[in-house]
Amino acid sequence: MELISLSVWDLVIASLLVFSLALLSVILKLRIAKNILIAGTRMTLQLMLIGFVLKIIFEYVSVFWLTLMALIMLIAAGREVTHRQKRRFAGFWGFGLGTSSMFISAFTITILALLFIIQNKPWYQPQYAIPVLGMMLGNTMNGISLGFDRLTTTAWQQKALIEGRLILGQDWSHAIGDIRRECIRGGLIPIVNMMSIAGLVSLPGMMTGQILAGNPPIEAVKYQILIMFMIAGGTGLGTVCAVWFGSRRLFDTRQRLRLDRLKLHNH
Amino acid sequence: MIIIKELRYFNLEPVNLQVNDSECIGLTGPSGSGKSLFLRALADLDEYRGSVLLNGRICRDFKPTEWRKQVGLLPAESSWWFDTVGEHFNKVESSWFGRLGFDNNVTGWQVSRLSSGEKQRLALLRLLINRPKVLLLDEPTANLDEKFTEAVEHLLFEFKEQNQASLIWVGHDTRQLERVASSVYFIKDNKIIRGNVWN
Repeated sequence: MELISLSVWDLVIASLLVFSLALLSVILKLRIAKNILIAGTRMTLQLMLIGFVLKIIFEYVSVFWLTLMALIMLIAAGREVTHRQKRRFAGFWGFGLGTSSMFISAFTITILALLFIIQNKPWYQPQYAIPVLGMMLGNTMNGISLGFDRLTTTAWQQKALIEGRLILGQDWSHAIGDIRRECIRGGLIPIVNMMSIAGLVSLPGMMTGQILAGNPPIEAVKYQILIMFMIAGGTGLGTVCAVWFGSRRLFDTRQRLRLDRLKLHNH
Repeated sequence: MIIIKELRYFNLEPVNLQVNDSECIGLTGPSGSGKSLFLRALADLDEYRGSVLLNGRICRDFKPTEWRKQVGLLPAESSWWFDTVGEHFNKVESSWFGRLGFDNNVTGWQVSRLSSGEKQRLALLRLLINRPKVLLLDEPTANLDEKFTEAVEHLLFEFKEQNQASLIWVGHDTRQLERVASSVYFIKDNKIIRGNVWN
């Protein structure tokens, strides 16, 4: 099968969908038209830019460029996690907690997979490393921001309940234990759902891309399964870390609930 | 015995106060004067400056969990996190339960069906089972009728005598405070003053 190359006009036609969606939202007074157009423009520019960057990086295979690229991706993901929170940890913590959790989970699992499963030589070959890392970061980011958002919101709402447990002499971990479990569960539901419907309802994006690009379906499926397992592991580990670090940060050394460490952000 | 030295919190001027073993003091003052916040600081739930000592040992030398078990706070609104009453209790003291109008079946009751008065009485029992050395009571009988108010007063008096506990009783009913406390304090102009300021 030949790869059918898309022309600029093909994309222009497809973009009409987004423009009509924006128009519709103006008619329905949804007040989201501006966001749709900005997001659509951002998406186009960012993807075009990454296309060029990848083209260059693929030509110069080096650990340095790969690491730089990976760090930029991590920081962007960390910013995104922070911005999705209604109540964020004040100061550097808001960014630091989510980012370090993503670093622990997405980076470790990506490197392990590159070294021991995919075993491409050299392991830092960007054709493999960057797309895999990108998928890992994108998914762990979702789990972590869901878990975080739930943690901070619930802690805020259930202040009396958490303190009610503290005043009876329970330690901080016990006092917030039920909430923490709920938050981790909440962060993991999307990946469980994603695995359940994969292949039945949805053909995952990566696999679709490979098939469109002319790869044999069975090969595409094997890669997709690998990626799904990695995403599940990464999201799980990342969410557990983030919610755990986050819940610890809600208490000080005297095990007082410190909601003053959160600040409200309105979108 | 609890000793409070130069405690600064909220808008209160530095507080110096001592409550001896088997002593109960009353504390009253207008809403928003900082009574509840004062109790929160003593339970080490909020940051404060100054020092609080239990039997001569300063708060920061205790593990926070140990401190809060010994310096038990009964907040004005109790919180419940399990479905049934019994899950909130490590053990049950049948005689205490009986005196506050409950039989042993209460452990199976649904928390969501409790009245505010039942919650208040059960919250007190839940706290007493830890056998705290200091009790910080924030309007402990606000939701109770005369009969149970009296029962709670008697139970607390007995608990105080038997365990040599120190009580700080916050309330609005000054006649009650004079009945249960050996001395009554009043918050006025951000100061905690002893005596019958309202007379």
